Amino acid sequence: MKHILSVLVENRAGVLHKVSGMFGRRGYNIESLVVGVTQDPSVSRMTIVIDGNDNNVEQVNKQLHKLIDVIKINDITKTAISRQFAFIKIRCTPANRNEIVVLANIVEAKIVDVSPEIIILEVTGDEDKLSNIKALFDKYTIAEMVQTGVVAIEKGTSSLKV
Amino acid sequence: MNGAGALIKVLENEGVQVIFGYPGGAVLPLYDALLCSDIKHVLTRTEQSAAHAACGYSRSTDKVGVCWATSGPGATNLITGIANAYLDSTPLVAITGQVATELIGHDVFQEVDIVGATTPFTKHNYLVKDAADIPRIVKEAFYIANTGRKGPVLIDVPKDIQEKVRNYDFDVEIALRSYKPNMEPNFRQMAKLEEAIKDSKRPLLCVGGGCMLSRVSDKIIELSNKINAPFVTTMLGIGAVPTDHENCLGMIGQSGLKAANDAVESADLVVVLGARLGDRATGKHNSFARKAKIVHIDIDPAEIGKNHNTYIPIVGDLDVTLTKILKMDIEVKSNEWAADIAEWRKYVETTGACCENGLDPKDVIEALSDGADDNVILTTDVGQHQVWAGRFYRTKTRGSFITSGGLGTMAFSLPSAIGAAMANPDKRIVTIVGDGGFQMCLNELGTIKQEELKIGIALFNNNRLGMVRELQEHFCGARYSSVHLESNPDFSKIAEAYGVEYILVDKKDQIDAAVKMLLTPDKIVMVEFDIDPNANVKPVKAGE
Ligand SMILES: Cc1ncc(C[n+]2csc(CCOP(=O)(O)OP(=O)(O)O)c2C)c(N)n1
Ligand SMILES: [Mg+2]
Repeated sequence: MKHILSVLVENRAGVLHKVSGMFGRRGYNIESLVVGVTQDPSVSRMTIVIDGNDNNVEQVNKQLHKLIDVIKINDITKTAISRQFAFIKIRCTPANRNEIVVLANIVEAKIVDVSPEIIILEVTGDEDKLSNIKALFDKYTIAEMVQTGVVAIEKGTSSLKV
Repeated sequence: MNGAGALIKVLENEGVQVIFGYPGGAVLPLYDALLCSDIKHVLTRTEQSAAHAACGYSRSTDKVGVCWATSGPGATNLITGIANAYLDSTPLVAITGQVATELIGHDVFQEVDIVGATTPFTKHNYLVKDAADIPRIVKEAFYIANTGRKGPVLIDVPKDIQEKVRNYDFDVEIALRSYKPNMEPNFRQMAKLEEAIKDSKRPLLCVGGGCMLSRVSDKIIELSNKINAPFVTTMLGIGAVPTDHENCLGMIGQSGLKAANDAVESADLVVVLGARLGDRATGKHNSFARKAKIVHIDIDPAEIGKNHNTYIPIVGDLDVTLTKILKMDIEVKSNEWAADIAEWRKYVETTGACCENGLDPKDVIEALSDGADDNVILTTDVGQHQVWAGRFYRTKTRGSFITSGGLGTMAFSLPSAIGAAMANPDKRIVTIVGDGGFQMCLNELGTIKQEELKIGIALFNNNRLGMVRELQEHFCGARYSSVHLESNPDFSKIAEAYGVEYILVDKKDQIDAAVKMLLTPDKIVMVEFDIDPNANVKPVKAGE
């Protein structure tokens, strides 16, 4: 099962290496990892998605805790709103451009760049939405696609504090 | 004051008395500043030995060991010793010189990313980027190394930082908001433990290296007596308790004693104390103590449940936890398995040695064990001789057996003995080493002579990489590959070259006299024992 871990870490050089190295060393696969600074500039927040059974996830948790730079870990799988973000660059022709624009509007993808042969879409959504949209545009030529990992936050009043 | 001076000042504040190290260009300021300090420097003959010596120092004193080296090759040479400290949870602070900050990343002369390289096997590490941070970082390093699950911390100090002249504030606080080792055991689990002990008819204590680090030898004996439970040890546990105690059944595991392994196999409750239940100690996965409820007490939550399912997990400091356990109302007097234990103890362990081919290593270790008083510290190298020592040597006091357990590092013997000797001038230090391992660290005879360290060296010469030969005998159908050390040197000449007294023992009746020499205080002596090359740790096929 997929788990979303929200991890507060010291905002220092080398921390990402320590965290990602631990995963690699112990054979845990990271599905995605996103890191960015929080409201407190001394703290960064990593959102890590891993796939594994409860035992694996417990070990990951414990091993993360052993890293001195890790401040706090929360498994927010059940309580999180999560989003990913993607740019999709599609090759178009005068013949199919309109069709692509209509489709984009229907799925609420934002058009952020247009040129005679290219349309770039900006898409935000959960994992399902992103893969559905990609599937939808697969019949055109996707020249390039770039996407972030998952960022997630807990619903309601609870919040992850140092 | 420059950064190097500041660093040394913090070391002094931390109570450091000895540094093991090796100089080079990137640590010139440190060596220069050291001249103004009372801290003693021991020049080992390679950096790896400096790290091992710092381990030996730490494990024979309960203090943090300190070693340092120059950048690049000096730093990489430290690595084996740091990894060894990590796997045996030895508190160590390793300091490395680094090229100047502005040159980092340019692949300049003697630059390596030692922080990156050591991340997998340090508890924590630092690259100092601002000289002002030196006091805080060094303080933190000692605190991290010596608390919780202990271990090595590395500090990489660029040369310009060592040279930086400024005001240093030594009153800084450590700033580790997330690091708080959990000392107190959970009361619910403790209540479960109390019930489990009361219900148990065949309780067993399993002593690991954590018992050494927590200094709980006396409490373990007290508990063992109180609940009428014998105890077994892991390899590192041998150093944690006196194993000559009547309740001790010896070392468990792949190369452990039958009595100890049988006890694990038939116990109904095994209380694991500060051990990580590694594969060497438990054999096949999930085949450890199959009939028992396993209680696992450890300071490191990540160890609990990592290798074996646990009936009662207890995260806590062993001293705190054992103190609480001893206060429980748990006198267990009925002992269902006393007769079984007495029977297992009768089993005679052998090595399969045959006197025509050389000495039986068991005779040598037993003579040493019988002759040693509680003033003796034994360190070992890695190989058959180490396992024979683990099986047949009985320690009289806590802290008197120092070996490389987790990493199994050849060339640990002489350096660790050097560390122990530096820390314990009034103790007799003896080290056991194979002919293979000796040739990985015989350069340290130079350090031993330079510092006049009174060490007895027991060289177990079987002209083989014996441990690997034995594995090949068992698992490769005796097809031997690169395990014969055919051109071993004349070891007497090596001893002579370093000015070390030398004795050869090739007859059984010479053992006692030679062992007496090994145990004589104030003697630097090497005794070469000609061991039967066919002697084995497991005389029967392993894995049966
Ligand atoms: C640095 C290192 N290299 C290789 C090994 C693998 N190894 C384990 S025991 C051993 C043989 C040791 O031979 P020796 O020192 O003569 O001791 P003996 O087993 O003969 O008593 C070897 C090669 C090791 N443990 N450490
Ligand atoms: Mg040998």
